[in-house]
Order: sequence, then structure tokens, then C-alpha cells
Amino acid sequence: MKRILILIAVVAMLAAACSSDSDDETTTTAGSGTDETTTTVAMDDGGSDLDAAIAACAPGETDGDLNFYNWTEYIPYGSAAEDYEVTDLVAKFEEEYGVKIIQTFYEDNETMLAQIEAGGAPYDLIVPSDYMVSTMADPEVALLAAINKAAIPNLANVDPLFTGMPFDPSGDFSVPYQAGTSGLGFAYEYVDDTDGISWGLVFDPEMSEPYAGMITMLNDERETLGAALKYLGYSVNTTDQAQLDEATALLSDANDRIAAYDSAAFDDLLIAGESVVAHGWNGGFFGSFDEISTDDYDAYEDYGYAVPMEGGIIWVDMMAVPITAEHPCTAHTFINFILDAENGGELTNYTYYMSPNLAAHEYIYPEILEDPAIFPDEETMGNLEFIADVGDFSLNYADAFAQAKG
Amino acid sequence: MSVQQGTAHRPWVDRLLTLNGWFVFGFLYLPILILVIYSFSDSRNVGDWGGFTLKWYDRMFNNPEMMNALGNSIKVAIVATLISTILGTMAGIALDRYRKWLGKQTFDVILYLPVIIPEVTMGAMLLIWFTQVLPINLSIWTIILGHIAFCTSFVAIVVRARLANLDGSLEEAAMDLYANRWTTFRRVTLPLIMPGVLGGALLALTLSLDDVIITEFVQGPGANLLPVYVFGLIRRQVTPEINAVSTLMLAISMALVFISLGFQAKSGMGRNKEE
Repeated sequence: MKRILILIAVVAMLAAACSSDSDDETTTTAGSGTDETTTTVAMDDGGSDLDAAIAACAPGETDGDLNFYNWTEYIPYGSAAEDYEVTDLVAKFEEEYGVKIIQTFYEDNETMLAQIEAGGAPYDLIVPSDYMVSTMADPEVALLAAINKAAIPNLANVDPLFTGMPFDPSGDFSVPYQAGTSGLGFAYEYVDDTDGISWGLVFDPEMSEPYAGMITMLNDERETLGAALKYLGYSVNTTDQAQLDEATALLSDANDRIAAYDSAAFDDLLIAGESVVAHGWNGGFFGSFDEISTDDYDAYEDYGYAVPMEGGIIWVDMMAVPITAEHPCTAHTFINFILDAENGGELTNYTYYMSPNLAAHEYIYPEILEDPAIFPDEETMGNLEFIADVGDFSLNYADAFAQAKG
Repeated sequence: MSVQQGTAHRPWVDRLLTLNGWFVFGFLYLPILILVIYSFSDSRNVGDWGGFTLKWYDRMFNNPEMMNALGNSIKVAIVATLISTILGTMAGIALDRYRKWLGKQTFDVILYLPVIIPEVTMGAMLLIWFTQVLPINLSIWTIILGHIAFCTSFVAIVVRARLANLDGSLEEAAMDLYANRWTTFRRVTLPLIMPGVLGGALLALTLSLDDVIITEFVQGPGANLLPVYVFGLIRRQVTPEINAVSTLMLAISMALVFISLGFQAKSGMGRNKEE
């Protein structure tokens, strides 16, 4: 909300700058003020109307085409579904329920937030990442509508591990879509994993010496400082400045050995031989390992991925209905559709991410389901932490990361 | 003349400069060349050469969402270019030809603002403007309006530069011969500034085709544009399909740049003749 106010102030200032020259502009400025208030009021009304509409949604009910705001290529459809030999879930939903899905794509949680916050973007369903759910569900901004659980009978399929998560403890605002971990990808030729993989490969001066200049880390303050915090045995969500300082010093020491901070091509650098130890998201690594595997060559013999023994970060992307929704019942029906066992299985067969849908397991390819790097064992699960919203302390993380990177 | 003599006596400077020129050229274009070459590689890994194939182009043209995004990009670019060229040319003329009008100074400064301010700020401002102030729903039209907003400034700047070099006596001569203001504009001024107008239009077209950040802020349901789509793809997986799309976009952009260079060369020649 604060951000919006600042922006309105900027716009108003610009309008005012123009208005000193003509009376015409002055009217616009005054008009804009009133309009802004009416919009807010209208949005609040829309909120309660929306709540009423959602409460009236029955399972399987549709109330128009679905405006689906999703990450790029995060659901099988069209030629991509054919390529992966999985069901085209978009076409299947359209056929089953006789409504269309209008897909729009974003590639950044924050821009999506800005659009929803500003209103005027009538999306019915969005897929925010974990921490973004707590930002959006915050009662001060209240950008998410409460879910009508009765309209989603397949909620029973959700793995209990994915309930009561810190960013939405009651599960009132969001339903899990896909999940995964971040950890280390590595080349067996250089890294011996018989005793397990440790964050020491990056942070221990002695252990990481052979890989100096061949290590990449994610360009993300919470992820990368989180790795350092885990290595030190602290929580990735610490708000203790002393612990953060310790992690910053650790990363700063490792800086000379780190070739790059890269969140987009960490997997490509690894399989291209540019790096031998790479911090990244599991889905990214597996996508690349699969892509270079052929009938005669199995990339999994050369490359591995593991959540280090000190623990790591688990992320989950959630489905949520924003307050701008115009077809909330279709959105609920779609959520239920994704939580269906078979559809959930096909989704994971396409994304290669962990499915929070327990019933879907029987439809997931065994090689995905049995891969501990995708579906971690219980011990690893216990070591994983969600990134939680740390409020204003997030600035300290940003500062620390900038400082550590030099 | 003196400069030419100086270099003629020091051929090694010449050679060094040529070498430097080639280095810069290579530095700028070799990565692009590699990207183009690997778009024909029959391997899923972008860094591996796996023999020649056109399958990534085939996949690209058979990807309905990507083709839809390409179509949207072209639609937006054409409409935004047409409108911003007209508005930008008018603004350029107003600023150059009419010495004093109320608000000229402010307008002059504000006109450069979209060129100077960071795109993120511009995107966020437009978003607030559309959704809170106007308020209208986001759609492909808000993208077009957003693109017009920044393209207009670029066109106006290019047109103004052209106008500044224009000999005012030509217009005076036309008016002396009883051409009214409109006829003078249509038959004398516009043909003379045409290279600037077309150059500005091409600049606007290229900028519109490439824009990610502003587009992402003001895009509405179903209105996916190619650059945003490609950016999203990279987040998930870098496959040679991205190289293929990039090559396609590169080809379009290069064609536009060459056309634009053609106009600029023409405009440069014209200027010499005038002098």
C-alpha cells in the first residue's frame, strides 16, 4: 500500500507540474484524486461481493472463462505437452467444463504483485510463490480472497506436509501447486558424494579449494545467505543481526572462489563444464540433465543434485484467487481440477517438480517419484525450511548480500 | 584536411585503429553469431553442437502461445509506432517552430522524461495511471498506450534534431509564393523532415518490439508479448528454441536498423546538399 501511495504522489506531482501551465490539467489532477477514492471504495465493495460469490460456489461450478495468470510454461499445453507426452491440461479443462482458459504469463512475483495491487487486472487465478502469499494475504493489503474449501473437495488429496505452512498457516488463502528444493548440483568427476554433500563445498576454505573459480551461487539474497546460514546451523529466516553478519562474513570469504551469482543459467553452466559445483533449484538441474541425456547417454551418471546435509530451502508455488477475480467459481473448479490425482500426476510429469498432491503419486513416473532429489526422504524433509516473510528485516538481507558480493 | 594528412604520415595508427575497430566489432557481434549458429544445433543443450537441424524453428512456429505472442507484439508495435510517430512529429514541430507558447518550457523538459527515467519507474507509473487514476482495465490497449507514451518522446527528439538543421528560408520562400501554411507544411516542411520522421518511426518500432519491463507492468489478460514470453522461458529452461526466437527477433530488429541507417544516410546527404 505504501508503494502505491508513493507512486500516486509521483504521478500527482507530475500532473501538478503540467497543471501550472494550463487550467485543463488542474481539472485532471483534481479528478484523479476523486477517481482514486472511488476506485478504492469500489474495490472494497468488490471484495465483499467476491466473498459472497465465492461462498456460493459449488464444486464443479463455472461462472465464465478463466483468466489464469501463471509463470511461463508451468502447465502442459499445446506443443509442449506433446513434446513431453503428457496430457494437455488446458485443453482437457476446457473440454470438460466448456469454458476457455485465457493464459497470461509473468516471470516475476513482484511485477505480478504490483499489477494485482493496482487493481484493474481481472485475473481469476494466480500462482504466487510461498513468501509472496504472506505478502499478499497480509490483512493490511488483503489482495487475496479467502478460498471456499467446500468447493474444492480434492483438497483432501493435499499432502499433510503442505498444510499449515508459515506463509499461510490456516490455508485459507492458497492451495499448493508445485514444490521443490534448492541445493547443490555437481559433477561426479570432481565431487565425491559418498559421504554426502555439504555446504562446505562452497563455504569451507579447505574443502572448496579444489573448486575455486568453478562454483556458482544463486543471485538471490535469501537463498544464498540462507545457504550460509544453514551451513552455520542457523535458521534461514533468522532476524538476529549477529547471525546474519556471521553468514555475510562467510559468504564474503567464499566470494573469491565463486565464479558467478547466477539464477538463470546455473544448470547450463554446470553441464557445459563451466562450473562443477552449482547452487540452484532442483527443477532447473533435472530439466537440463534430461535434455542432454540420450538413448546412449545418461547424464545422471555424470551429474548429481542434492540438498546438503546441513539442510536447505524448500519452496512451493501456490494457487490463489486475487480480489480482482471476476470468475471465482471457475477458479475454484480449476484448483480442484489440478488437485485431481491424475491431473496432478501429469502436471509433475511435465514440470519435474515435487507434487504436493499425495493422491497424484500413483500417476507420477516412478523415476520422478523415486528420485530423492525431487521427492526428498523424511530426514531431508525435516531439514528443509520455507523462506518466511521477515518484514522490514528483508532490507538487512539485501544489504548483507550486496556487501558480501563486494 | 589537416587530420587526413596527419594520419597519412602515421600508417601504424591507422592500422591500430582498424584493428581496434575489428576487436570492438567482434566483441559486439561474435556472441550474436554464436547464438544464431546454435539455433540450428540438433542438441537440447544450448552449449553443444549436435549437427544441423531446423527443428527449433519448427517447434517455435508450432508453439501456439509463442506465435500468439509474436502476433500481439507485431500488432502492438505497428499501432504504437503509427500513433507515436504522428504525436512525436507534432510535438517536435510545436517545440521547434513556435517560439513561445504557454507551458512550452515545462513540456520541453517533460518530453525527455520517458527517455531518462528508469523503465521500472515508468512501468509502475503507467500501471497506477491506468488502474487507479483513469481507471481502466489492463488489456492489450494499455500496452499500446504505454508503448506510445515512451515512443513519442523518442520520435519527437529525432524529429526536432532534423528540424534544427532545416533552413527556414525554404519555408519562407514557399509562403512568398502564396502557399498557405498547410500547403507549406505538406509540400515543403514534411518532405524535408521525412528522413527524421521515418527514422523516429523505426526507432519507435524497434523499441516497442523489444520492450519487456513496461509491458510486464501494463499487460492484461491474454495479452502476452513475445519479449516477456521469452524472458519467462529463460527462467525455466534455456533451449535452442530460445536461440531460434532470438534469431527471429534479431532478424527483424536488424532489418529495421538497416532501413533506419538508410534513412539516416539519406538525411545526412540531404543536409550536406543544403549546406
